[in-house]
Amino acid sequence: MKSLAELQAIRDRMKNSVALREGTGDIRIVVGMATCGIAAGARPVLNTFVEEVEKQNLVGKATVTQTGCIGMCRFEPIVEVFEEGKDRVTYVKMDSEKAKRVVAEHIKGGRPVYEYTIGEAQK
Amino acid sequence: MIRSHVLICGGTGCTSSNSPAIRKKMEESLAAHGLAEEIKVVQTGCFGLCALGPIMIVYPEGVFYSRVTVDDVEEIVENHLLKGRVVDRLVYNEAAAGEEKHEVSSLADTGFYKTQLRVALRNCGVINPENIDEYIGVDGYQALGKVLTEMTPQEVIALMKASGLRGRGGAGFPTGLKWEFAAKNICDEKYVICNADEGDPGAFMDRSVLEGDPHSVLEAMTIAGYAIGAHHGYIYVRAEYPIAVKRLEIAIKQAREYGLLGKNIFDSGFDFDIDIRLGAGAFVCGEETALITSIEGNRGEPRNKPPFPANKGLFEKPTIINNVETLANIPQIINKGPEWFSSMGTETSKGTKVFALGGKITNTGLVEIPMGTTLREILFDIGGGIPGGKQFKAAQTGGPSGGCIPAKHLDTPIDYESLKAIGSMMGSGGLIVMDEDNCMVDVARFFLEFTVDESCGKCTPCRIGTRRLLEMLNNITEGKGTLEDLDKMEDLCHYIQKNAMCALGQTAPNPVLSTLKYFREEYEAHVVEKRCPAGVCKKLLSYEILADKCRGCTACARKCPVGAISGTVKQPHVIDKSKCVKCGVCMETCKFGAILKK
Repeated sequence: MKSLAELQAIRDRMKNSVALREGTGDIRIVVGMATCGIAAGARPVLNTFVEEVEKQNLVGKATVTQTGCIGMCRFEPIVEVFEEGKDRVTYVKMDSEKAKRVVAEHIKGGRPVYEYTIGEAQK
Repeated sequence: MIRSHVLICGGTGCTSSNSPAIRKKMEESLAAHGLAEEIKVVQTGCFGLCALGPIMIVYPEGVFYSRVTVDDVEEIVENHLLKGRVVDRLVYNEAAAGEEKHEVSSLADTGFYKTQLRVALRNCGVINPENIDEYIGVDGYQALGKVLTEMTPQEVIALMKASGLRGRGGAGFPTGLKWEFAAKNICDEKYVICNADEGDPGAFMDRSVLEGDPHSVLEAMTIAGYAIGAHHGYIYVRAEYPIAVKRLEIAIKQAREYGLLGKNIFDSGFDFDIDIRLGAGAFVCGEETALITSIEGNRGEPRNKPPFPANKGLFEKPTIINNVETLANIPQIINKGPEWFSSMGTETSKGTKVFALGGKITNTGLVEIPMGTTLREILFDIGGGIPGGKQFKAAQTGGPSGGCIPAKHLDTPIDYESLKAIGSMMGSGGLIVMDEDNCMVDVARFFLEFTVDESCGKCTPCRIGTRRLLEMLNNITEGKGTLEDLDKMEDLCHYIQKNAMCALGQTAPNPVLSTLKYFREEYEAHVVEKRCPAGVCKKLLSYEILADKCRGCTACARKCPVGAISGTVKQPHVIDKSKCVKCGVCMETCKFGAILKK
């Protein structure tokens, strides 16, 4: 290594990885990963969220975690988004494609994707 | 794509309670569940809460598992990592005396971590110490880059002086000033030495930094080299720290591969390299001139000062010696500025200090707090108080060179000056807690025994003076002392303080003087009443069986290792005091409280 630029390149590459350990960001994306959730396909949804958050450079802002069963197994995979000072948003019957849209529009853009939320599903 | 990190402590404490096997099992289990691509296992340095090891932390949730065993790993993987259900059974349970138990799932919420301020230990338990990229990822080597490309050596020294950083090895000499002295000496060769010969019984913060964040020490040494005009550095570390030595070797190798050590660093024309020298564990080699003598290949004995090492040190060349913890502060000071650093602490002592909590304390481990925190906060808020509902008696700071602090000084804000004023010293930061069951005469005897063993023998006051002191203390613990001895001891202490050649001898009487000052009545009880109030000094103890409580169950007689107890079944037993070795086994065995210790 002969320049500061090379040092910065390594730092930027590692930053996302180490930032994961600084605790939760402002937004928490919680994926239901109980047996029912996993059976309904929560695993690829979880992985898509992790990938998209990193791709869109949102690592410091949003954290993807998992939780157990929240009791509405027929709506699995369920994903909830928590943000300080805002109402929580519950997405139901998620898949990878829907996950990509949620990251782009809700997490990055700040506009919840209402058509995937539980309110819409129960209409 | 990694979605979660599992941090497993690889410090000496957790390693000895089997953390490497836990890590191996975790990796196997993750692979078996097909999670190896999503979850990364990271070996880190010490988290500080050694009493609860082995420690595991799962991010991003930050769930804090304590006392994990190999058998728990499968459950953590199946429930937490696969299904997102935290394994409550293993989550650290904080139960302060008298308060309701509550589970603490995040590290930052524990009483132990809440009030700490981590500067020197900032990366310990956060990064993998064997991976230079992770250090760079938390702004590592940024300070070195800034210093080499934007600052002159004079500016670096001015910055260090402005920060108010003082040596963390014990004496508290201003670091910037030390660098300035060495920089002013014009010489073809100069040296930077890192003093990692941590010898105080009970102190392990330097080991923890070397194990958890070795690159911060290398970076700081290189900065120091640039500031004073040195091109070579030595780390003097004791061979009994094998994990620290191994991680330092890995770190030096990686830094060389990246060109962060070696020729022409950052294309600035500045060359610097570092070698390790292993010490054999002599306490005196923590003294800077003895350490230098040892690196030169001679028997570790101190030299007279002056000349100070900054003028004539290693191989007679200008040398600076900084302690590990001091160095670990430096990259942060450069990155965040001297004002940031000097905003923490007290008027004369800036920044933070790491203390190693040991002895009669609930949370044994490492804590880092701003200077000026009181002993009460450290021991009771962070340390969790004395276990078993016992009474606090005293705390020893500075190891065998320090003094004990009694309960009446618990609210003294800790810094270099205040500790000196109450007869102790900062030392390297060992903090040994004693409760009502500790005999203060015995404590003084214990520390003196250590210094007598470790005295190098070069000067008479230390070699002979400390031995005479120990003999007097032994007499007192055996009930053979006189009141006159107490005065003689005090005189001898002052004589040694004034006349010993190096800090080892000069500070050796501190434990005796401080216990004499604060616990004279305990000494007098030994001398006048021939009694040890804490029931520790065996020669002054006697065990008796209370005839009215003894049921004649024979349990004690069967357990007694020397056959000193006799009696018939269902009749009160008696102890033959001429045979009794005062081991106390009978007292532990008796179910009826019939045995009395006097």
